[in-house]
Order: sequence, then C-alpha cells, then structure tokens
Amino acid sequence: MLRLVVRRLLQLVPTLLGLSVLLFIWLNRLPGGPASAILGERATEAEVARINRALGLDQPLYVQYGRFLKRIFELDLGTSTQTGQPVWDEFVLRFPATVELGVAAMLIAVAVGIPLGYLAARKRGGWLDVASVSGSLVGICIPVFFLALILKGIFAVNLGLFPSYGRMATGLDATSVTGFAVLDGVLTGEFDASWDAIMHLVLPALALSSIPLAVIVRMTRASVLEVLGEDYVRTAESKGLERKTVRGRHILRNALLPVVTTVGLLTGSLLSGAVLTESVFSFGGIGSFIRNAIDARDYPVLVGFIMFIAMVYVLINLLVDLAYSVIDPRVRVH
Amino acid sequence: MPIFKSRAVRVITAAVAVGLVATGCASERGKGGDKGGDKDTFVFGAPGDPGSLDPALASDGETFRVTRQAFEALLEHKSGGSELVGGLAEKWSSNPEGTVWTFNLRKGVKFHDGEAFNAAAVCANYDHWYNWTGTYQLDAVSYYWRKIMGGFAKNEDPEAPKANYKSCTAKDDSTAVIEVNEPSANLPGGFSLQALAIHSPKALEEYKKQQATSKGDAITYPKYSQEAGTVAGTGPYRITKWNKGNKEVSLERFDDYWGDKAKVKNLVFRTIDTEDGRRQALQAGDIDGYDLVAPADIKTLESAGFTVPTRDVFNLFYLGMTQEKNPALKKPEVRQAIAHAIDRENIVKTQLPEGGKVATQFMPDTVAGFSENVKKYPFDTAKAKSLLAGAKEEKLSVEFCYPTEVTRPYMPAPQDIFELMKADLGKAGINVTPKPMKWAPDYLDATEAGSCDLHMLGWTGDFNDGFNFIGTWFAKKDKQWGFDDAKVFDSVNAASKEADPAKRVDAYKKANETIMEYLPGLPISSSPPAIAFGKNVNPPNVSPLTQENFAEVSFK
Repeated sequence: MLRLVVRRLLQLVPTLLGLSVLLFIWLNRLPGGPASAILGERATEAEVARINRALGLDQPLYVQYGRFLKRIFELDLGTSTQTGQPVWDEFVLRFPATVELGVAAMLIAVAVGIPLGYLAARKRGGWLDVASVSGSLVGICIPVFFLALILKGIFAVNLGLFPSYGRMATGLDATSVTGFAVLDGVLTGEFDASWDAIMHLVLPALALSSIPLAVIVRMTRASVLEVLGEDYVRTAESKGLERKTVRGRHILRNALLPVVTTVGLLTGSLLSGAVLTESVFSFGGIGSFIRNAIDARDYPVLVGFIMFIAMVYVLINLLVDLAYSVIDPRVRVH
Repeated sequence: MPIFKSRAVRVITAAVAVGLVATGCASERGKGGDKGGDKDTFVFGAPGDPGSLDPALASDGETFRVTRQAFEALLEHKSGGSELVGGLAEKWSSNPEGTVWTFNLRKGVKFHDGEAFNAAAVCANYDHWYNWTGTYQLDAVSYYWRKIMGGFAKNEDPEAPKANYKSCTAKDDSTAVIEVNEPSANLPGGFSLQALAIHSPKALEEYKKQQATSKGDAITYPKYSQEAGTVAGTGPYRITKWNKGNKEVSLERFDDYWGDKAKVKNLVFRTIDTEDGRRQALQAGDIDGYDLVAPADIKTLESAGFTVPTRDVFNLFYLGMTQEKNPALKKPEVRQAIAHAIDRENIVKTQLPEGGKVATQFMPDTVAGFSENVKKYPFDTAKAKSLLAGAKEEKLSVEFCYPTEVTRPYMPAPQDIFELMKADLGKAGINVTPKPMKWAPDYLDATEAGSCDLHMLGWTGDFNDGFNFIGTWFAKKDKQWGFDDAKVFDSVNAASKEADPAKRVDAYKKANETIMEYLPGLPISSSPPAIAFGKNVNPPNVSPLTQENFAEVSFK
C-alpha cells in the first residue's frame, strides 16, 4: 500500500514538469500580455514596453521558464499580475470556498444519486426509473451556468429564499480558522455563520451538482442492473440471506466499484464547472478569480492553478485506487 | 420496502423543514429593496474589486469609488457636477504663469487616525510621491502622478519625462504652496484626483516600511494597501475591513468628519462581476444600489419602482481610423466618406440610454473648450460615395476590429453598434471585414499597436479640462491613429501650455476645429452612464465623473 502511494506521488514530478513546459508554450502563444490588461485603454506603447521590461516579459521564453522553475523549487508560485499579491496567498484565500462548493455539490450528487440509481434499478421500468433516467438526461444536457441562472432567478430573485450572490452575508464578521466557512462556524461556535454559509451554498451547489448527480444516477443504475443479474446475487437470495445483507454486501458493494471511479473523476471536473457557477453567483472562490486571470493574462496564476488541478487529479486517482481496495479486497491482491 | 417509504417521508419532512427555516431566514435578512427605516448599512454592488486601498497606487475607477469615500484631495468637484470646488483647500489661486499654486486649507480637519490636517501634511504627501523610487516609478503603480506631475526627484527610467513638480512649502499651518516648473493643462484639475488625495503623515511613515517590489514576473503591492488598518484619510467614512474572500470592502462613518456627516453608518462595497448578477441582487433586495446598468435594463428597473438616475455626459465614444495600417485612410476624402457614411443619430437613438448625444468633436459638450464651429459630417450616403469615387477608392475594403464580452460606460453594446456601422459602411460601398476580439488584452493590444484599420474606443474624463480628452489622443504621434501631423499636435499642445484659463478654453476650441478639419477618426457619441438604487434609498447626487459621494445616501 505504501509503495503504491509513494510510486503515485513520484509520478507527479514528470507529469507536472511536462505540463509546465506545455503551459508555458501555450500561454506565450496567446495574443497579448499582462501589461495592457493592467493599464486598460489608457495604455500607450511606451508604457506597455516599460511594464514588460519591469516584469521580465521581454526576455526569451527559456529565461522566463527557467525563472519559473527556480521559483517552483523554492515553493514560490510567484505574484499575481492582477492583484499584486503572492499567488499562493490568493489561492489560500479562495480555494476553501471552491472546495466547500465542490464538496457540497458532490455530497448532494452522491447522497441523492446513489440511492436514486439503486432504486431506479430495483424498480426498473417503474415511474421512479423513468423519471430518474429522463431527469438525469436533462441534468446532463442543461449547461451548468444556465441551470445556475434559473435556480437563482426562481429561488433567490423571485422567492427570496436564498441569497442571490456571495459566500457570506454582508458585514458578517465571522472568525476564520480554516477558511472553510461552514466548518469555521462549527469550530468557533458561531453557528449563525455556518448557517449563513450553508444558505449561500445551497443554490450554487445544487447547480454544480447537476452533472455529477445525473452521471452517478445513471452509473449506479446500470451497475446495479448488471449486478442484479449475477449468479452470486441469485445464490445469496436463494440461500435465504437477509434482504439487508444481500442489498448491502452483495449488490451495492459490487455495484459501487465503477461508481467510485466516476465520483473520483467527476470531483476533478467539478473545479471547471465551478468557474461558471461561481461567476453566476459571484461566489468568492477560485473560479471567478481564474476567469479574471485569463482575461488579464495573469500567467503566474494560470500556471499555478493548472498545475494545482493536475496535482488534484493525480491525488484523486490515488484516493480512488485506495477506495477500491477497501470496497473490493481483491484489488489489493493484484 | 417500508424502510424506504419511511425514509422517503423523513427526507421530505426534512426538506420542508429546511425550506421553512430558509424562508424565515430570508425574511429576517430583510429585503433591501423594500424595507427601510432601521437600516444602518448601505450595500453597493460594484462591477469589480478595488486594486488597492491607497489610491495613489491606482488608476482604476473601482479603486477610486471605494477610496473616494475615505480620502479627500485638495480640490473636489461640485456634488453632481464637473465644476472644480474646494476640497481640503477652501480656496486656491495661482500666479499668472500657472506655476505657483497657493492653497488655503480648511481648519479643524482630522485624519481617521487622529492626526491633524495641515499644510505640513499636504507637503508630506506631495513629497512622498515625488520621491518615489524603484517599483513606484512604474506606470502601473504611479500612473496619475506621472500623468499630472511628469517624473520623480530621481528618474530611474531614462525615458521618463522630466518632473514638473518642483516643491511644496507649508507657509503656515493652513497655507500650502505647490510649485511646478511649467504651466500645465493638467492643473488645477489634477489636484482633484483621488490618486493625489491626502493621507495622514503617520500613515505615510508606515507606508514607507512596506515597499512595493517588482521581483520576478510581477509587481507586488505593499501590504498596507491590501488590508485595512494603516490607511487614513479625512473623508466622511473610514475603511475598516477588506474581506477579499467575500469580495467586500467595509467602511464606517467617521464621526469626527469636518463636513456633513454621512447619513448611513456603514457602507459596504461588494463586487458582483456580472451585469445580470448586479441587477438581480438589487431586485432580490440583497444590495441597495449598483453601477454600470445595462441600457436595456433601465426601463424594467424603473417600472419596478427602482431609482435609475442617469449621469450627465462626460465621456466620448469614437471610431478610430489607423492611417499607417491602411494607406487608403491617409486620404482625407476617404476619412470624410466614412464619416458621412455612418448614421450616428441612429446609433444614439437605438443603442444609447436616454440622454445620449451625437458627438461633433473629441470631447463632450460639458467640457470647457467645446466648439460650436467645428466642421460637421452629417449622415449622407450619396456624398460618401462621391467622396470615395473622387479618391478613386470605390472598392475600399477595411478590417474593422470590435471588442466582445465588454461594456464600457461610453459603449454599452459594442457588437450591436458595430453591426450598425458595418451596414452603413456597406451602403456606401465599403466592404467591411469584421474582426471581433476579446477586450483585454487582445483588443486593447491590437488597437494600441495600430493593427486595425477601424476600431471603436472611448474615454471618461478625469476632470473638466479639454486636454484630458484631446490631449490623450492628439498631443503626439500615437500608433492608434498612425498619423504625424504637426498642425494637429501643435494646436493641442499650445492649448495645454496656456496659463490663462479663458485663453486656454479658446485654444481648445481652435484645437477642436483643427482636429475635425483633419478628421483623424470619427467622434460618435457621448452617453450618460446609469446607476441604480433600491426603492427605499434616497440616492446621492450622481456625478458625470462617476464620483458619487455615498455620505449623501440615506434610507427612506
């Protein structure tokens, strides 16, 4: 087990190195640079040249790349050209919001998706099955930002049940411990802050959960259907085992294997969905920051973020493999 | 199955409970749009985050919108207007040459940190900026100081202009004298800029301990400019918190303020990036006002009972023509043909909010120096065709760049405006190749480098002086226009060096007439940007310079 973890972590090194080279080439092929984004429509040619010189953007690509690599080894992601603050600080400030949103969305997707998929399979052809299959199709088809706009229009603007934007109520002076607003409220005993953060999470998390929820419902349903037809389920049932045992140990446990892989991969992709959802709700996470970073050609932020996502993907894959070995002990043998 | 049934019941019960609690919470939260009386916090939806809490380091409107409530300059603009009035200086005067500026300062003014405001504090600020070194000398950091005062005590960049600032002397506690080397059109208007607002000397000392750096790929802004605590001005509000995670800057009424105290105790600026998002937040009652209202939303909001005042026009939107890129545009007849081909009246009528005007020159009619006698180019397709024929350019083809995903106060819907212009040009026989581009940095880079035949841009004035408009474009050669015409440049520069205000206005009029004779591009329109407020809000006087003073806001 330890060897697996170490090997996977070591795989990160060439992955990130390769990615950093590709990224550098890509970013530098994009038209424009940060200088005119910093100065806006007031920039003159001389001013742009001066800023480029000061930022070292007039130097050859390999020099810039070398400087970047050196910084990475020093565990320094550089400074955001948009905000003039260290990229790391900006990430620490914003990632908890996005992670919180992603976790909430995933919790909704898993908590609703797995039971729904299971029930749909068990009641194949029934109304619940038809509803969940067609519902999940709609969930996959509707773009996340569109759903976010609809949810916001109905539940925030018209009904006023939830806040229409942001992560916390205006002026709410909550103590920050971990940066995760819901958790911080619990840790510090400021439960009103936790509640407020949850209220702000509901609509964006619902919107963001639409695709993973739909995928999980379909995956679980298909997987349970497959397992239901297996001999060992029939055997277990004919042996007269308790229903609960057959459902839990024989059907769900086996059916969940492919679902776990899917959940893992979906978790990574949630980050990209978050960019749009956060923008609709002006949620102070990494999503809108990255969108602005693209507009502003904020290279250090973009490189840092994409590298981070790559790292998350590798780590999630590792976690998925570990989860596999818990659900299906045979994996450990191989 | 009973298990599932009972679970389902439990889930539904829980959902209903959550719904009920949520409804209760929402009503407690209060609907800013229709509940008033007891409110002591005014929340304004800003389109973007501020960049710094020290306005001297900034050049963007979002920063100034926040800092303006906390910092005051020597001069200000009349509430709701563009006329210069006393700010921290009650009165001001200059010598006839316009090189010595004397300010009689207000007495009894206190900074937010308890320090007293006096002439020494004024000089400490000006000397602080003048002595900036290193990173602070970059345009990105000291944009406005460089624009208004030229360079620094010791210019580190050989290309930087010579400093125009000479000295500041505290003649006595309430008299400060600022001297410059040469008269400048940027004065006295420049003394009103937020970037030159006065900070507490104690805060300035703290600033010096936390320097900006430009190591590696970017400029790192000093810590004090990113966290409330150190900065201290004299304004009606003091900045208490910048919660970047929640995209919110909080300000609190400053009870020792020398003038009329703010009517609302707390003022919060919250960033909502999208136009729709801001409108919906206002409709939902989550905010009490917002800026950059889409012209299409004005009627909807007004009919729902919101207040949507439009500001007086103080901007200019133009069609740029780049002569170096397309040699045909060097011919005056071709430029005139383009001007005659475009139905500007129609653009104003269909694309701009009410109050928009067709522009006849490169400044709005609210700026001193606007001339009634400029050459005009009315919409006339037949004339455009004959001018093109005369220039032997009947088959003229042009590349026309326009920005996407952007709205500017002077240009609400770039793509729609482009479509109208394209159709008009087409009718005159000009073949247009559209080149849509993302606003920043693609479009800005392309226009600045002069790589479009035609493009659309504009400007919102900083203060009421003609040079702030025409000087921006026509004081020297600029790739955006790609022309080098001494007559145009001289007329603009002559006006900028005229110390006598009355004579300067005449010189601007002449410069406008010269420019419109030459026709480097086509001024299209000036439009009044709208701002929206909740139903229970008594809005502040709206400012043509977008310099609203939120201390004037109250709840009904």
